[in-house]
Amino acid sequence: MCLGVPGRVVSVREGFAEVDFWGVRREVCLDIVDEPVAPGDYILNHVGFAIRRIPAEDIEQTLALYETLLEEAADGGDLMAADVRSEISATGKK
Amino acid sequence: MIENPRAEAALRQLKFRDPEIARRLVRTIERVTHEIGRSPVSVMHVCGSHEQAISKFGLRATFPKDLNVIMGPGCPVCITDMPEVDEGVALARQGCVVASYGDMLRVRGTALSLNDAQAEGASVEVVYSATQAVELARAMPDREVVFFATGFETTAVATAAIVRGNLPKNFSILSAHKYIPPAMEIVAEMPETRVEGFLAAGHAATITGWGIFEPFVERHRIPVVVAGFEPLDILAGLARLVELVRDGEPAVVNMFPRCVTREGNLRAQEELWSVFRPIGGRWRGIAHVPNGNLRLRDEWAHVDARRRFTIDLAALWDGVPPALAADCVCGDIMSGISAPTDCKLFGKECVPDAPVGACMVSSEGACRIWHQYGGHPNLEAL
Repeated sequence: MCLGVPGRVVSVREGFAEVDFWGVRREVCLDIVDEPVAPGDYILNHVGFAIRRIPAEDIEQTLALYETLLEEAADGGDLMAADVRSEISATGKK
Repeated sequence: MIENPRAEAALRQLKFRDPEIARRLVRTIERVTHEIGRSPVSVMHVCGSHEQAISKFGLRATFPKDLNVIMGPGCPVCITDMPEVDEGVALARQGCVVASYGDMLRVRGTALSLNDAQAEGASVEVVYSATQAVELARAMPDREVVFFATGFETTAVATAAIVRGNLPKNFSILSAHKYIPPAMEIVAEMPETRVEGFLAAGHAATITGWGIFEPFVERHRIPVVVAGFEPLDILAGLARLVELVRDGEPAVVNMFPRCVTREGNLRAQEELWSVFRPIGGRWRGIAHVPNGNLRLRDEWAHVDARRRFTIDLAALWDGVPPALAADCVCGDIMSGISAPTDCKLFGKECVPDAPVGACMVSSEGACRIWHQYGGHPNLEAL
């Protein structure tokens, strides 16, 4: 419940963004995000809400951890990978 | 040259995004800890995700033996107090549908968990977000749906956002939300822990901003470093933290600027404090924490399950807690006084499939994390 997960904004409509998380597209609520977001921006999703627009120059560093985790996620037993997956599940279905 | 052959062995085994940077950071931590000249030097982090990353990537194997990196009260599921779980169990038994984050289900109250209530036939549903709890209420208009709202400020802002939105009439909130900064004050004052520095959780600070730690540093003269979750972020955060300890420099340093600013997410803070007010309350196993609990403000009384329902807890207090629970040292572990391996139940009577204490239930609990990854991996033995 502490680790947010970054994703790329695909489109924005009335208070919600469609966000791509490594190929999975989900809806994320924009009610409490710190800056206006537009398609192409990256956001940090936490329990279905964007809590931060991640500055463009920082994206690569931010994604690295999650990519490591998701590569290992296949066996399903890893705690961190499971937390990342449940963060993605916390978003709305497209 | 690295003085510590253990660290060098660990660095060869562990995978880092940039091994050369990792090596430099490990050397810095080693050198600076040595320069402090005391043993042990204890620093605390307060985040389950930090502990997951430290343990998963085996970082403790790279720390000098004089540096003690301990997990404090950073597992929201673990510190949810027994009477709060009891309230959820009682509401489920009274006929409400209780929606909860999944990790919470197996944590016992005085005698029963939400899982136990579900096994008796009560309605308990797992949700991943507050929004899903609201959807559940819309899908069951003839039932009262109560969202058991747990977690720190990061999840509390999500609860606040739904409270301010349009809610169906059959939806209410049982808030067990907790607020981390006051708990740091309590742990900093515990004589047994002797914490000399704090590593603050990056994503909680994304909301609160790093400025929130300034009064804490002023009062306790203990440095705070905000760090991210990458292995390199954690090493960099610790390197800076031991430097501040060495220099006797109580300051707040932000080592996670890509997510954290001084003022934080003002919009989220405004939502948070318009919905919640801080009150004192117990954190399981730790202490009464002044201003550590978040309760709904009076203007949201109509969605407050505590005011909508008469919650009958007395029936639950007749139940007997399991005998093993008396040996559980979760409270000492969360206060940083004991390590999971100090508990005689750890890995024996208490395992993830049959947890005795909350720290073995949650994926953010120190015992569960150590059970999966090992807290102090001995990589030379591999």
